[in-house]
Amino acid sequence: MTQLTTHYLGLELKSPIVASPSPLTSELSTLLRLVEAGVGAVVLPSLFEEDVESESWSLHDRLEAGTGLTPEASNFLPDLDYGHLLADRHLRLVERASQRLGVPVIASLNGNSAGGWVHYAQQLVAAGADAIELNMYDVAIDPKQTAAEVEGGYLALVREVRAAVDVPVALKVGPHFTSFANFALELVAAGADGLVLFNRFYQPDLDIETRDVTPRLTLSTSVDLRLPLRWIALLHPLLPKTSLALTSGVHSGADVVKALLAGADVVMTTSALLREGPEYVSALTESLIAYLTEHEYESVAQLRGSAAHDAATDPRAYERAQYIKVLSSWPGGHGPH
Amino acid sequence: MSERVWACVDGNEAAARVAHRLSDVCAIYPITPASNMGELADAYSAAGRTNLWGVVPAVVEFQSEAGAAGALHGAVTTGALGTTFTASQGLLLMLPVMYKIAGELTPAVIHVAARALATHALSIFGDHSDVMSARGTGWVMLSAASVQEAHDFALISHAATLRSRVPVMHFFDGFRTSHEVDKISLLDDDDLRALIRESDIAAHRARRLSPEHPQIRGTAQNPDVFFQGREAANTYYDEVGGIVARLFADLGERTGRNYGLVDYYGDPEAERVIVLMGSGTGAAREAVEVLRATGERVGVAVVRLYRPFPSAALAAALPATVKRIAVLDRCKEPGAPADPLHLDVLKALSDHCAEVPVIVGGRYGLGSKEFTPAMVAAVFTELQADKPRRHFTIGIVDDVTGHSLTVDQEFAVPTNAVQALFYGLGSDGTVGANKTTIKLIGEHTDLWAQGYFVYDSRKSGAVTVSHLRFGPDPIDSTYLITQADFVACHQFGLLERLPVLESARPGATLLLNSPYGADEVWEQLPANVQAQIVAKGVSVWVIDANRVAKEVGLGSRINTVMQPCFFALSGVLPVAEAIDLIKESVTATYAKRGASIVSRNHAAIDLALAAMSQVVVPEMAPQVPVSVEALPAHAPAFVRDVVVPLLREAGDLLPVSAMPVDGSFPSGTAQYEKRAIATEIPVWDPDLCIDCGKCVLACPHSAIRMKVFGPEQLAGAPEGFLSKPYASRDLPAGTLLSVQVAPDDCTGCGICVDVCPARSKEQVRHKSLDLAPAIGVRPAERPRYDFFLAIPEVDRLAVRHDTVKGSQLLQPLFEFSGACSGCGETPYLSLLTRLFGDRMLVANATGCSSIYGANLPTTPWSKNAAGRGPAWSNSLFEDNAEFGLGMRLAVEHRWTVAQQRLATLASTLDPELVAVLSAEPATDEADVARRRVAVESLKMALAGRDDPISTSLIADSDDLTPPSVWIVGGDGWAYDIGFGGLDHVLASGRNVNVLVLDTEVYSNTGGQASKATPRGAAAKFATSGKGTAKKDLGLLAQAYGDVYVAQIAIGANEMQTVRALQEAAAWPGPSLVIAYSTCIAHGIEMSTSMSHQRSAVASGYWPLYRVHPSPEPGTHPVSLDSKAPSIPVREFMAAETRFSMLAASDPERAEHLGQLAQADVNERWHYLTQLAGVERSMAVDPETSEALTTPEAAS
Repeated sequence: MTQLTTHYLGLELKSPIVASPSPLTSELSTLLRLVEAGVGAVVLPSLFEEDVESESWSLHDRLEAGTGLTPEASNFLPDLDYGHLLADRHLRLVERASQRLGVPVIASLNGNSAGGWVHYAQQLVAAGADAIELNMYDVAIDPKQTAAEVEGGYLALVREVRAAVDVPVALKVGPHFTSFANFALELVAAGADGLVLFNRFYQPDLDIETRDVTPRLTLSTSVDLRLPLRWIALLHPLLPKTSLALTSGVHSGADVVKALLAGADVVMTTSALLREGPEYVSALTESLIAYLTEHEYESVAQLRGSAAHDAATDPRAYERAQYIKVLSSWPGGHGPH
Repeated sequence: MSERVWACVDGNEAAARVAHRLSDVCAIYPITPASNMGELADAYSAAGRTNLWGVVPAVVEFQSEAGAAGALHGAVTTGALGTTFTASQGLLLMLPVMYKIAGELTPAVIHVAARALATHALSIFGDHSDVMSARGTGWVMLSAASVQEAHDFALISHAATLRSRVPVMHFFDGFRTSHEVDKISLLDDDDLRALIRESDIAAHRARRLSPEHPQIRGTAQNPDVFFQGREAANTYYDEVGGIVARLFADLGERTGRNYGLVDYYGDPEAERVIVLMGSGTGAAREAVEVLRATGERVGVAVVRLYRPFPSAALAAALPATVKRIAVLDRCKEPGAPADPLHLDVLKALSDHCAEVPVIVGGRYGLGSKEFTPAMVAAVFTELQADKPRRHFTIGIVDDVTGHSLTVDQEFAVPTNAVQALFYGLGSDGTVGANKTTIKLIGEHTDLWAQGYFVYDSRKSGAVTVSHLRFGPDPIDSTYLITQADFVACHQFGLLERLPVLESARPGATLLLNSPYGADEVWEQLPANVQAQIVAKGVSVWVIDANRVAKEVGLGSRINTVMQPCFFALSGVLPVAEAIDLIKESVTATYAKRGASIVSRNHAAIDLALAAMSQVVVPEMAPQVPVSVEALPAHAPAFVRDVVVPLLREAGDLLPVSAMPVDGSFPSGTAQYEKRAIATEIPVWDPDLCIDCGKCVLACPHSAIRMKVFGPEQLAGAPEGFLSKPYASRDLPAGTLLSVQVAPDDCTGCGICVDVCPARSKEQVRHKSLDLAPAIGVRPAERPRYDFFLAIPEVDRLAVRHDTVKGSQLLQPLFEFSGACSGCGETPYLSLLTRLFGDRMLVANATGCSSIYGANLPTTPWSKNAAGRGPAWSNSLFEDNAEFGLGMRLAVEHRWTVAQQRLATLASTLDPELVAVLSAEPATDEADVARRRVAVESLKMALAGRDDPISTSLIADSDDLTPPSVWIVGGDGWAYDIGFGGLDHVLASGRNVNVLVLDTEVYSNTGGQASKATPRGAAAKFATSGKGTAKKDLGLLAQAYGDVYVAQIAIGANEMQTVRALQEAAAWPGPSLVIAYSTCIAHGIEMSTSMSHQRSAVASGYWPLYRVHPSPEPGTHPVSLDSKAPSIPVREFMAAETRFSMLAASDPERAEHLGQLAQADVNERWHYLTQLAGVERSMAVDPETSEALTTPEAAS
């Protein structure tokens, strides 16, 4: 039997295939199907502090809207006990998942205040999360804010959360940093136990009829694998003690293998599972096993990083971005004249 | 005895806390000011709170107070401990059953927040008119005079009814007691057990109606025995006084609070005594103390048990020295020899006193008119006169009959309480914060605390004034503060509008929420405020609370910023302690809504004190300019003499002669009140406008308008007056359009901007209407609006009425009402008056629409340049359909009479004229115009004739243009309390039009569930989510076959709305239009009040249809006007807090009800689609070939 075991954030996973946040990881029933299909761990959907606040304030504003308005009505809606606000529901999911799944449950969090990150990270841990994934992103639109200040904000947050919880903390970040290798090392120095590469963002779109901006998230394709693949490969030798997760663009067994070859400890997938269903994990696992068997790898551990930057036949291929080579790599392709 | 727990509660809560614990069944129905008792009982049971016997009481809402009383009768007859809560008209609806329950000697309790009865006008406020109407029912009547007494007497009532078998009506004054927050000592369960005897309960249960020991109750009796039977229960009444006295004694023993059937306070050798009951007692006792201190021998006797009247106890309570008595009644019984309590006292003392003192009677406090110690002193002064008036009034100036006493306004009662006044807006949280402040002080210190809250009668931009007292002694001051130590003005703009410092004592402190800092605010203060500050030596502090609230993310809610400042300046509590308590209270109140609510409020509290600073007041005040009210020259005298004083908060000073004798007020006075409450108002860009009229249609306050006119009208236009070419086949080339906001009348709801479809090509965000800060654009818009008003209205015959934009060119005759900003009801009324306003008779059910439609100070129903407009009246809540049908019957009768006269004179008149005037009237514009021209010709033709028929026909010539009768009301009326009448009216075949403004809850009383409330919505009286489906009123009505029925939603389909109202008006039989009306009780963003309706329709939640009966064979009367549901109903429901709050509270139930709601939608749509295919023709009379029940089918 081929050894699929891997280690991620200090946790032992029976498979390197991890279900990343999606509607599939937001319901216990589909989570159980994912586990049944063989995932090594699950990452629950992010608890967005902004959503939590928005729900609270919407409720509060509307309950308060008519108070003190007329002598005939002290208010216009009954006030109830709200034990099932978004945060409550989410924590309950964490609790039930950690009790029922039998694989590590990683809770994802997106805060929008320093206190909020810490507060909710602690609550997620208290609810039973085996690790915390900080879902960090920022569209740096303030022209007065420097790149160093943006990065400094990330680092401070990592330190705060790291100090506040006693489970591993991973960081899911976007690729848009000027010197990502340097920044990655700093994140680890600040206390990150792992890096998840990369966050895919909702990008604005425009409806040409209404001319409204319509935020939209499209499912990834295998093409999206390339960017994280490069950085996993580059970071693998630089951060030997840090867990690396590749997310985005993992759609096939081949994609899984590529991620592991590049040096990922785990491979996270969402879009493929949304398209194919939770049971697709089995197919990915079978492909991985087939590859390992065919190529006579004894384990995932043996495979992992075997084509990383420091182990690759042509390390410079990870470094280069020139398009001459890319274009000419097309079958029958030619470089520009 | 266990340690006493103190709490700060209002009178309603004080009563409900006891009533719920002593009841098995509470039959409830909302009515101001008693609604809170039912709400609390419902909330207690929803939270699983049990009665004294460990069972959760059944709290059940009924369709009316009559229904609640019937259920109470059934419950107590069958052995339950039953109670209900009511007031005013509600109590009147219970009267028939009250006679029955008393006649059957069955224990029951009604808790009443005593309120005025509607007579010349409706009043939601307190007096004893309602309870006095019940004094013949045979119920015991127990009068509580304070919040503590409302708590104590609730127990006495339940105990006394069980012991005596006689049902008890426990009453306390509406608002003054029902809504006053006081610190009271709570009765615990042991107190209740000590007074409620289990043996009495067992006896009650043993008497219950049961097939195990059957009885026949409620027989009909003949002349031989009815009389004797009526006398058979006398001994039970004889016992009541003794039973109540013993219970009072038991209570006193346990609590130290001693009450008698009649209590006397004052000089033991008093010569002059006032007798009264209710909350006025507090003011009377205070005045007595002041007068006694000056050596006057006066006293006050407080009647607690009013029925059976304790004659002997009254005689015994009075000092033997008393020579003159004034009995004060808080009600009016026109035509009676004296008001009720006065008569009772006269009879009692004539029976029990050897030498009967002089007994005079006075009337006070009707409709919550203030009753002060100064008035009490005036009564004592009157009693000193050689010949005191036998009947007088106190508290008003009666310059018609001269009955009123003169009050020495300088008479003051010294107090060691801190008195604080807070001026705020309904929307800024001032009232809520003050209620918290009272609780903090009352429940955490040894101080006594009292709060009373005065509200505006408008629902948008409503002003609230909070009167708070704190002191080392119990507070009996049952009147408003006139010598405040502390005044807070939470909205800077109110300084201009209200006499904020009028009630400040010399040396008082003023805390001002000001956008200007301490060093710049002085120059911004109105001159009269500056003058008062200097004259009274007021110390002034400012804080920019809006900035602080905004910084921490609290928006416009400034209450937690202002609250710490009050504590810091008033010194009622050490500041640090106060701040901790405020934070604790914020946590306790808001933590359940999310941590962020708590943390931001805490942040506001932390920032508040540092943001406050003191203003250096200059020594000399500038000259005070004479205040001139900016009234237009054409304002009628009535507006100047009556309406303006009301607007200036000086209505109390108006004499009797200023008032209409029958309550009729001129219409259209809202236009003279320029409230300027909007912070943002719309600005029009004509270059983008597509003339659609949607903004005008959607405006809840008719505050944005459009007019078309010829270019010559632009002469003299003020700078910046905008217009654009208006293309229309109906109007001459060169016609211009102007869309204009009424800058002082707009409430800034933003709906017009939300519905505006016209966006800029260059900048998508920019629409033809954008909101702009009002402060910047209002001055320029004022002359433009005045100019716009002066442009002649369009010729009504020149534009199409059956299109959205055509209808919006017509003048609205409903404008600037006090409805909520963003109200979903008022756009329908505005539209209705554009279409038919000059020929409408309106019967309006009590509710939101009668309040924003006719609550003084102003009247929004208005008239056109010809002086025509809707004639409006409100009868009651329950009888509105019948009221409207009565109007219709009168119209028909007048028509018949006029036709007879016309026929008599026909041979002497132009036959063409007669033909026009005798033709069956239609409601379309052309017919009305033709008829009005003909009426004028008729008048000319008859001028100079002096025969009686001609003169009567001239006098009543209006009858030849019969008005369109509209019966308007909310769902509480149409689905519940008035349904029986509505059904009857729909069955009548008569030409009436019914418009139901369906908000799906009792909006006016605060959002209680009605039968229109949909499944899955949380509402008061349905706090766990309504489990049953909404009643389908439209389907019920269409079953008649001759009723025109439409279900409309103006925000979803404007055209269908316009069409339906016109078809309804044209239909010669009954018509029913059910209009979806968004409401703040839905928990939606009100600026999207109109656009949100699209998802109501798209989800199938609110299908649009019209049912147009016809006698034509093969008719398909049902037209479905909306498409098949295209989104799940959950998507619609998720956007409304009334539904979503249930998911956050009880997700499983919400999920279940959500599934059922979808099933409701599916089933209804399936049914409607089948109905749309059904052939149905009205039955036709074979002899006349006319349709049965209606004279003819509408075109």
